[in-house]
Amino acid sequence: MAVETNLMRKFLNAPADVVKESLAGLAAAHPDLLRYDAAAQILVRKGAPKRGKVALISGGGSGHEPLHGGFVGVGMLDAACPGEVFTSPVPGQMLAATKAVDGGAGVVHIVKNYTGDVLNFKLAAEDAADEGIKVTSVVIDDDVAVQDSLYTAGRRGVGATVLAEKIAGAAAETGADLTKVTDTVKRVNERARSFGVALSSCVPPASGKAIFDLPEGQIELGIGIHGEPGRRRAPLGTANEVVDVIVEAVVSDLKPKKGSKVLAFVNGMGGTPLLELYLLYGEVDKKLRAAGVEPVRNLVGSYITSLEMAGASLTVLELDEELIRYWDAPVHTPALRWGV
Amino acid sequence: MDAATITSWMREIDAVMRVERDHLVQLDAAIGDGDHGINMVRGFEAVVQAIDADSTLPPGKLLILSGRTLVSTVGGASGPLWGSALRSGGRVLGDQASFAGPQLVDVLAAALASVKDLGTASVGDKTMVDALEPAVDTLRARLESGASVDDALDAAADAAEDGMRSTIPLQARKGRASYLGERSVGHQDPGATSTALIIRALQKAVTAEA
Repeated sequence: MAVETNLMRKFLNAPADVVKESLAGLAAAHPDLLRYDAAAQILVRKGAPKRGKVALISGGGSGHEPLHGGFVGVGMLDAACPGEVFTSPVPGQMLAATKAVDGGAGVVHIVKNYTGDVLNFKLAAEDAADEGIKVTSVVIDDDVAVQDSLYTAGRRGVGATVLAEKIAGAAAETGADLTKVTDTVKRVNERARSFGVALSSCVPPASGKAIFDLPEGQIELGIGIHGEPGRRRAPLGTANEVVDVIVEAVVSDLKPKKGSKVLAFVNGMGGTPLLELYLLYGEVDKKLRAAGVEPVRNLVGSYITSLEMAGASLTVLELDEELIRYWDAPVHTPALRWGV
Repeated sequence: MDAATITSWMREIDAVMRVERDHLVQLDAAIGDGDHGINMVRGFEAVVQAIDADSTLPPGKLLILSGRTLVSTVGGASGPLWGSALRSGGRVLGDQASFAGPQLVDVLAAALASVKDLGTASVGDKTMVDALEPAVDTLRARLESGASVDDALDAAADAAEDGMRSTIPLQARKGRASYLGERSVGHQDPGATSTALIIRALQKAVTAEA
């Protein structure tokens, strides 16, 4: 089938096959780390299940690469369940992944707080429990742009997801039990806050159209990771001014203790180059220090994206010695690798 | 009404979702992420295939099969929500071969209850409940006051469409549109829209049998 439109500047064979073909490509690139089960549409860590190790699973719509498939490997996820672009996976995927990685010590589901993800993971966890597998679920909801109240679906899960997968993955790798690994995911979520901005929307392959139009000179503040508009639109200022808004939003909500050690994660949304992300990190580092916290660890790059959206998000995680130790622990996945 | 009613209802939904796909995508792009039409088409296409493969089932079991198929193919929020709705509705009918108006009310009421339970949404939250609840209430009220099933369903479909339009001025309190806060005001909810289409499809399927 020919691609029907050339308005999309995308490398595709057929729009409907983009997720499956990308997953097959990821597996072809990293056979030492993971395998792709095409029938179940899941990515599974090589050598899984590991007897006695708590397993970690995450999943969600595709279009956020490298999240989650790029984080399957040593010291992070045991499996990832990718849905269609921006659409949560179905319960059958999570159930298949849970069964594929359960080494007898239980399985933790890391779920980003979107109605679809929460509902589908809930159904999967019930099915897994019926089959006698111990499953815990932690919902990540770190986005301060959304007010957490009875009048919203709650805060979205964004950047803290990456940090939770890395940190809890390290806990599991070093032999922590199901309760400990679950609590570690929760602890990261409780101590992390995020805020994102966008300079463009993005084009989902299936519709071929940008989700919204952002006129030149404007910025969307408080975006999520699905190419959607943010909480409000404003004139685009300098990077310095934009970072002021972002850091203020994150810090005023996180309320870190004075002198806290933090991890600062400057994330690109997919269409913003590292040149600009490092510029942003420089501003973030200064402003966090001015706000009385010390960025002792950082992550800069595009790790939880929204297709080709131009934009960035900041996640600040208040650290303690144990979280630092888990962050520094070896990791070997397609997208994150150190210490090995 | 019997198994053939359910089969033609699912076919009607499949047909109308194809026609309305781009409209639903457009509505969803305004306050969500622009995939609702695509997801509904994928789901009901699979439902029709599943029904064709197992056409001897009684109506309740056909609804359960349809719901299970939606859960396993759609993803997002609409998959589990409509999937659970149809499964709950199907359970009401058990193994019986046919059903009448009052039981249709019970089927739709069970569907509504499961949507509200799973989605924790109420009327006014700018969701599919805004279309589904008035449809169920209207169907019940019309049948109780002696209307024919055809007329009652026509009124129910009208009520769903009114409910769909009533979402325009609302600020979303559930689902992805709630992240927009006040910016969700002024847009028609895509989930309420596809729900109104599904109720209208039921009316057409039942009326065509007469």
